[in-house]
Amino acid sequence: MKIPSSILTLVIGIVLTLVSLWYGQNHGLVPVAASKDAQEVDNIFNLMMTIGTGLFLLIEGVLIYCVISFRRRKGDQTDGPAIEGNVPLEILWTAIPTVIVFILSVYSFEVYNNLGGLDPVASRNNAPSQVAMAGHHHMMALGIGPSIDAKGEGSPLRINVNGIQYAWIFTYPDTGIVSGELHVPVNRPVQLQMAAGDVIHAFWVPQLRLKQDVIPGRETTLGFTPNLIGTYPIICAELCGAYHGGMKSTFAVESAEDFEKWVQANAPAPAETADTEKVAVNTTTLSNEEYLAPYAKEMGISSDVLLSLHSEHQHQ
Amino acid sequence: MVGFLVPPLRLKIGKKEVMQSSAIDEAKLALDYHQDGSANGHHGVHQDLRMFGMVTFLIAESAIFLGLFTAYLIFRSTSQVWPPEGTPERELLLPGINSIILIASSFVMHQGQSAIRKNDVSGLKLWFGLTALMGIIFLVGQGYEYFHLEFGLKTNLFASFFYVLTGFHGLHVTLGLLLILAVLWRSRKSGHYSSQSHFGVEAAELYWHFVDVVWVILFILVYLL
Amino acid sequence: MTTAEVTKTQPTPHHKERKLIDYFTFNTDHKVIGIQYLVVSFIFAAFGGSFAEVLRTELSTPNPDFVTPDLYNQFLTMHGTVMIFLWIVPAGAGFANYLIPLMIGAEDMAFPRLNAVAFWMFPIGGILLLMSFAVGAPQAGWTSYPPLSLMTGKWGQEIWILSLLGGGTSSILGAINFLTTILKMRMPDMDIHSMPLFCWAMLATSTLILLSTPVLAAALILLSFDLLAGTHFFNPTGGGDPVVYQHLFWFYSHPAVYIMILPFFGIISEVLPVHARKPIFGYRAIAYSSLAICFLGLIVWAHHMFTSGTPGWLRMFFMAATMLIAVPTGVKVFSWCATIWGGKLSLNSSMLFAIGFLSSFLIGGITGIMVASVPFDIHVHDTYFVVGHFHYVLFGGSVLGLFAGIYHWYPKMTGRMMNETLGRIHFILTFVGLNLTFMPMHELGLMGMNRRVALYDPQFQGLNQLSTIGAYMMGIAALPFALNFIMSVFNGEKAGRNPWRALTLEWQTSSPPIIENFEEAPILWAKPYDYGIDTEELEEESVSELLAEVSAESK
Repeated sequence: MKIPSSILTLVIGIVLTLVSLWYGQNHGLVPVAASKDAQEVDNIFNLMMTIGTGLFLLIEGVLIYCVISFRRRKGDQTDGPAIEGNVPLEILWTAIPTVIVFILSVYSFEVYNNLGGLDPVASRNNAPSQVAMAGHHHMMALGIGPSIDAKGEGSPLRINVNGIQYAWIFTYPDTGIVSGELHVPVNRPVQLQMAAGDVIHAFWVPQLRLKQDVIPGRETTLGFTPNLIGTYPIICAELCGAYHGGMKSTFAVESAEDFEKWVQANAPAPAETADTEKVAVNTTTLSNEEYLAPYAKEMGISSDVLLSLHSEHQHQ
Repeated sequence: MVGFLVPPLRLKIGKKEVMQSSAIDEAKLALDYHQDGSANGHHGVHQDLRMFGMVTFLIAESAIFLGLFTAYLIFRSTSQVWPPEGTPERELLLPGINSIILIASSFVMHQGQSAIRKNDVSGLKLWFGLTALMGIIFLVGQGYEYFHLEFGLKTNLFASFFYVLTGFHGLHVTLGLLLILAVLWRSRKSGHYSSQSHFGVEAAELYWHFVDVVWVILFILVYLL
Repeated sequence: MTTAEVTKTQPTPHHKERKLIDYFTFNTDHKVIGIQYLVVSFIFAAFGGSFAEVLRTELSTPNPDFVTPDLYNQFLTMHGTVMIFLWIVPAGAGFANYLIPLMIGAEDMAFPRLNAVAFWMFPIGGILLLMSFAVGAPQAGWTSYPPLSLMTGKWGQEIWILSLLGGGTSSILGAINFLTTILKMRMPDMDIHSMPLFCWAMLATSTLILLSTPVLAAALILLSFDLLAGTHFFNPTGGGDPVVYQHLFWFYSHPAVYIMILPFFGIISEVLPVHARKPIFGYRAIAYSSLAICFLGLIVWAHHMFTSGTPGWLRMFFMAATMLIAVPTGVKVFSWCATIWGGKLSLNSSMLFAIGFLSSFLIGGITGIMVASVPFDIHVHDTYFVVGHFHYVLFGGSVLGLFAGIYHWYPKMTGRMMNETLGRIHFILTFVGLNLTFMPMHELGLMGMNRRVALYDPQFQGLNQLSTIGAYMMGIAALPFALNFIMSVFNGEKAGRNPWRALTLEWQTSSPPIIENFEEAPILWAKPYDYGIDTEELEEESVSELLAEVSAESK
């Protein structure tokens, strides 16, 4: 007995749904998620993969079925059935995609908001005080602000980023560190203030799922909280010249201790107040005897001799 | 004519149910509508679509000015100080007079079209000649203004836009002027323009009005606001 | 004249005949112009394709060891520019030129001389563009973002600008013709809901061209001033803003992608019913969805700028509008599937390419919905994921549609059939090749490979090599096609007036059509997709039978 087509269709539909659901969660197409926000992005991507897989299997299946089952039989020169439409079906396949894209839009909005994409400070026209360029319009839209829910502890670590052909330079204003690598402690919010030195570049860390162009003439920003210790690539994602492909750096998420060690190792030498010999002296303001005083002993000149030097020979 | 077959009746062609009673009626209908490609491949008479084409062309032209004006407006609205610091005060007297001349020229030109509608070729020539003159005055005025301006193309963003916008517009005025001169040239041949056939006149006029409207917008955006 | 005479394949002796030399001259016949566009576009495609093979050869290894990185950037800029402006856009115009007057029963376009002018601007602009290699081709990508485009290859960049201004003008002039002809020159019996869907598609395409191409011109004019005259429209050092360029550029370039796909949507709507012997499913839905895509296509441009200098609220708005476009597009895909479902499919080359189109465009459409989502696009923007997406819609979509059209209308244009075996080989190599080339790119992008690079992280080499093999396959696939295209003109089986037994008007006249298109005014005796209405009818009725029927029914 032949299986009724409605049952067959039902079974195919169920199999298709199950395969899509499975593949949507297990596609293995993305790198590790280094933050909870990145995981949220992955979740919506997984949903889109599920829907996409389902659609793919459905339509490709229909096409394969048509090519096999509806081939014109040899010698049959007659036409097929004169079906011009089916209003309920057409309504269905207009309504369902509409609902799907509506859901995806709302979900995307939510994820983007959680990332900090609608942060009033980071993502809108900013106060003129932020603008450094002379006689110039204030900026529209700067990027992504801090993550909405508390996904980390501690005050935001602010780091300045400068993108130039073909390197990234990271400056830590608190500690004065200037480095070609970006190091941060895990679980602490980070806010990058970014600038471009010559052409448009883009700061991208795949494991964070975050990217923001750096544009000459304006500041852009990226806020995130890394939750997974590891070393990740920083990749320039806007064509910036011949060596755009070589413009890479390293993003290191470290434990608090390792981060401290790195800070210590990279912090600039602290200013020393006591030992004047190590400090370069501004010689233009010194009088002759002051200038020669440190060398007098070695030259075998006594301080009396120094004092009797003609005052007109002021050392310039 | 005999070959016109009545279409099979089971099919509705659009809204017309073609239940013609005879092939001859069909043929008569054909003569009215089928002015292109009648029997034996003779080149038929087209409906005059040139004005339609002209209008679509002007839609495209409008879009290019729209793009330039939008860019200008974006910069203007996102700058704290506009025009940027150091831009000399915008002088309005000369360009104002120039604007009045250009706007008036549209009315003058329209007299020309009214004339040819009444088959008055000499009237056409008079009014179009005047329009051409006014157009030339506008361009000369623009040139005079350029010469006496205290800022150059590269002085600042406002200055750059000023020259590009007015220059691009001036280019179109020049083109319009050439169209008017072409009409004047063609009107020398007797019978070329008549009350029935004067597409060149209409096209030149439409183009001139377009150039005029663009100027009004430009003047408001660049000189007044 | 009777029906029988109208169906003669040879033009009657007193008709002027087309000579080969006509195709090399300034000729106002829309059929000549259409063929000129198509042939020239394929010549440029050969260049664009060779550039791609250079890129893919370089990318088979992680290091820049085949060409220098800046030469690589020149090839990638020219590949994109040539394929878009010198292949796909003109090929669409070519089919539009050839088919529109025939499909609506007109003798020619509304403005034949303007049409010829529009055509000739195309090869001239194209040759100018290719000559930029002599002074250093532009290397800032086909998008030419300043400040980079103001800093590298100045003369090449200016040649690029001038070439695009010329090509854009050509496009606009063509659109004026298409719009006027479709709206005003249909035969009296053909109301707008009886015209073929290809004409609806060209209506939408022409509207987009008219409204958006001039804005590109504005962007290029301002860029030229920055490049040559030292102004600072887009240069921040003088108060300018690179993001304004991006807005102006994408205001055109997004509609440009619809300009590139809509004509081929139209072609698919024509090809599927003929070779499935079934009416198109959902004529009005497909017609109106073209208009919806046209309208929506004008308000989504900033989805190319989700990581650029755009405010969060703006990103959200453009996301919503972009997501919406999926609906009319989906309607088309489902309708096309329903068209072939239950039909009687002849799997000739044209049909194979049409079904291949459906298969590939679907994939491109699905990834398109994905990149519409802002949080996801933030991750994949400017990576190989996007390269994969747009090649599926442009190659898998437009190009496969283009080939479907060529195999379908070649008999009409030349009076000869193309060789089916060569056509099948062409299809298999192309279809397998394109999937092999572009499918791995999705994973590459997701895993972290950025685009427009000559060097990449070695972990990506395996997938890149797969892609390169696919690209070589696609290159080889061009050979059976070129052979077939050229040889069939001379050796192909004679086609006859209507080898596919199709219903649209172009098949009512001879193959190739006489210069005036129709011996006498054509008769609209069926709507364009009325297959299956009379399944018994295998031959045309004679005049007396038809008249007898008429008089019987009118009693």
